[in-house]
Amino acid sequence: MRWLAQLRMRIEMLFTRGNAAKSLDAELRDHLERQIAENVAAGMSAEEARYAALQAFGNPALVRDQARATWNWNWLELMARDVRYGVRTLMRTPGFSLIAIVVMALCIGATTSMFTIVRSVLLRPLPFRDPDRLVMIYEHFRDGRSNQEGFNYNPVAPGDFYDWRAQTHGFEDMAATRYSQFNLTGERGELPELVRARGGSWNLFPLLGVQAAIGRTFAESEDRPDGTVVMLSWNLFERRFAGDPSIVGKQIHLDGKPYTVVGVLPKGFIYPDAKVQLWVTFASGLPPDLLQHHDYHWARVVARLRPGVSLASALGQVGAVQYRLHMDNLHAPVAEDVATRTMNEDLSWSVKKPLLILLCAVGCMLLIGCLNVANLLVARGGARQREIAIRGALGARRSTLIRAQMTESLLICVAGGVGGMLLSLAATKWIGSAWKNLPSAAGIHVDAVVLGFASVVVILAALLAGLLPAISSTGKAAFAALQASSRTTSGSLSRAMLRKTLLTVEIAVTVVLLVGAGLLLRSFERLSTTDVGCVTDNVLTLDLSLPEQKYGTPEKANAFYESILERLRGLPGVRGVALGTTLPGEGNGGDDSFTIKEHPALKPGDVMPDALTRWADPGYFNALQIPLLKGRFFTKDDRVDRSRKVIVSSQLARQYFPGEDPIGQSIHVTAYNNSDYEIVGVVGDTLWRVGQPVLPAMYFPILDGGIHNGQALAIHTVSDPLAVSVQVQKQIASLDPELPVSNVQTMQQAIGDSLGNARFSATLVLGFAVLSLVLASVGLYGVLSYLMTQRTTELGVRMALGAQRDQVLRLMLLDGLRPAIFGLALGSATSAGVTQLIQSMLYNTKPLDLAVYVAVTLTLLVVATLACMIPAWRASRLDPMQALRME
Amino acid sequence: MGKPNDLVQGTLDLLILKTLTLEAMHGWAIGKRIQQVSNEVLQVQQGSLYPALHRLEQQGWIKAKWAESETGRQAKFYSLTAAGRKQLEAETASWNRLSAAIDLIVTEA
Repeated sequence: MRWLAQLRMRIEMLFTRGNAAKSLDAELRDHLERQIAENVAAGMSAEEARYAALQAFGNPALVRDQARATWNWNWLELMARDVRYGVRTLMRTPGFSLIAIVVMALCIGATTSMFTIVRSVLLRPLPFRDPDRLVMIYEHFRDGRSNQEGFNYNPVAPGDFYDWRAQTHGFEDMAATRYSQFNLTGERGELPELVRARGGSWNLFPLLGVQAAIGRTFAESEDRPDGTVVMLSWNLFERRFAGDPSIVGKQIHLDGKPYTVVGVLPKGFIYPDAKVQLWVTFASGLPPDLLQHHDYHWARVVARLRPGVSLASALGQVGAVQYRLHMDNLHAPVAEDVATRTMNEDLSWSVKKPLLILLCAVGCMLLIGCLNVANLLVARGGARQREIAIRGALGARRSTLIRAQMTESLLICVAGGVGGMLLSLAATKWIGSAWKNLPSAAGIHVDAVVLGFASVVVILAALLAGLLPAISSTGKAAFAALQASSRTTSGSLSRAMLRKTLLTVEIAVTVVLLVGAGLLLRSFERLSTTDVGCVTDNVLTLDLSLPEQKYGTPEKANAFYESILERLRGLPGVRGVALGTTLPGEGNGGDDSFTIKEHPALKPGDVMPDALTRWADPGYFNALQIPLLKGRFFTKDDRVDRSRKVIVSSQLARQYFPGEDPIGQSIHVTAYNNSDYEIVGVVGDTLWRVGQPVLPAMYFPILDGGIHNGQALAIHTVSDPLAVSVQVQKQIASLDPELPVSNVQTMQQAIGDSLGNARFSATLVLGFAVLSLVLASVGLYGVLSYLMTQRTTELGVRMALGAQRDQVLRLMLLDGLRPAIFGLALGSATSAGVTQLIQSMLYNTKPLDLAVYVAVTLTLLVVATLACMIPAWRASRLDPMQALRME
Repeated sequence: MGKPNDLVQGTLDLLILKTLTLEAMHGWAIGKRIQQVSNEVLQVQQGSLYPALHRLEQQGWIKAKWAESETGRQAKFYSLTAAGRKQLEAETASWNRLSAAIDLIVTEA
């Protein structure tokens, strides 16, 4: 059987190649000796016989190689030989090799890290059944404000959700979720803890395709306002309940009320983020009529597509129902349309753009790294010109020579890749922990896909870095090096040109990175120095959540509020204390629509006025140094029944009371007891989030006795705010030991967190840009040194003919700066175009910001001049006699 | 001896296989035999003979064995395999077809 024999040959050739080689040698030797014997028998002398036999035989080495070339696995042997030679060559110039490997390691490491993160955040499918058939449905208002980013996907009103579910059949099923939080009190005396929770419809988990790891998910009958069942997250289950399955069926106390644990969610289930520790049913704990409302929007709806029904048609049905609801409720803030997006986009929209920008930046850095290594290889090609010429003369084909050089470049990239992978493991961990706003369904980690990507990057880099130098150094002009007098070879001129071109491109890409980094930094700087509208230095903030169980009546709540204010104001080192709900700079916190009693009624189709809703104690504005523009602050008398007063922000007054005095007029808020609130004061604006435009706000007195979904304290201190935090918490504990506080941080920290994205992107891009600048300047230095060496003779002649040293210096300097200036021009032009893409990430900064461009130009010129100075100075110090004698 | 004609690779394979039909031979003997039988017209260069032999061995048409030769030294003897015999028939047939075709054109008066 032929194939069996072939197989046997293949295996033999692979493993016993050495024996086969010896056998071939013996065979050829035997042939030669027979020929010699024949010649001797024909009458020649021994020496003649040998000579004639060898002549007839030809070059033994060549014959042997030709025979070997037919063997199986020949390609493997050639590759092994290339690798051996490559390693030896690289080891001979350890300095060069090390620099090249380090450069590649940095670039490949950075690229792999960014890819890992992008993949985990943007591309990894969610851990649900058929996640691409899941969509989020939002409401969409048609007024102007709704088309801004962050506002065009409006949460859903529960009444709308129930109507959609009942009246449409396009989707297989729909479920709703909402925000929640509870004080989880310890069963055995552990500390109470404020846990983030979510309420979900009973059918949420079956819709997502998630089974309970222990116990069961919700039953339909439990999704009602007096429902008291809860599911634990795996994290909470292990952390707080020691992973004991017997917790299922037992009761835990949330906000003082007993809830029964019916199940535990599986370990990998993280939705919408890792902070959610508990799930209750959607309707649980809410007043029954709240679920019928069409004008409070706080739910998020997820739907599964029905097989065979397109998204457009299913959404059309829902949109029709919603529009009908809108027409039925023309004076309420009921949305006209619905909007949809995928779950992935839903979780990652805020970081998508920064991540993609960072990916591009790191790609630029990789490009620069490859160009640098290419430059180094071209330089080294010059030094090895003789070696390549001799190889070619001995019979190597051009493709063989190119392959040998590519193997070297591949070896550098593989070594760099290994180093880079190690770097990226560390970097990925660091980025994952430092960038707090990163959403990720299952954590960021390195796996086979990332390794595959890294390999592809390595190969591409090797090609990019190695191909051009390999081709250029094995061209026909290269063999001129074998000529005896090779003082000036045309090969070296084209090589210099090549290096300069590579350098120009390198510098251009560096300029683009620098400009991008500059713009992002400027934007971040503008963001962080924005005036929030209140005092932000030396302010301690913390969140509380008074449970309804204990503070359900206005008297009890007010008693707590006034006690805590009095105690905290009495602490040493405290300048002012403010008690409210959401503090400035910490987010939306909820908004409501209202009507103005004294204004004419709204026409159908008009948009209702809307403002952020806040509560404040009488000393709130003073403590936070928010100025009073008109009217008065709240007093202690504005409490309980007499608390139908409101203070509006300046933006509200401008927007809804143009040209008139709002003091004395009343606004009517359906949300709060359907009552009128008299406007008693106008205060200065504060930003609800740094970087977003100001929204109108209205403040109600916190002494109305309600507990409003959680409170916040801001304590303005004389010096370091964190120094009083222990005291503050002690005071709170002394009033109510079971009341946990959370998010204890300074206001600067809280605001800084909201700027996390901006700061992180800016820092990373700056890091890449600085690295690229270093690489580019090293490249510039290398090129100029090389040029200097090439032109030694010419410079010697010039100096002998009378050129002064400073003239030579200027000559070399200009020669080196020319590619830098070209690169600068090219880079500036490119960045003018490219930076339009990041416009949406810039705050208060134009992409063509002059200051940034000027700064980048100056930086680059200074760095380039420094890099060129050393070789230029060395050139000017040449001894003309020595230079002329150099070969 | 005239200038050796260039032998196309395929025909060298055919000649080697034919030469090995009768008995196993070593490389030198194969070259000599081809030279003899063709009346000194075809002289195989070592640079083509050994690569051809090794290629044929890799493909399984011939197999090799080290044995003691007539001179007492060890030599590598090649012999035809069963698959090689079939290949010989196939190649002979195609050679006949080819040469007949060329013949037709060349002898067209």
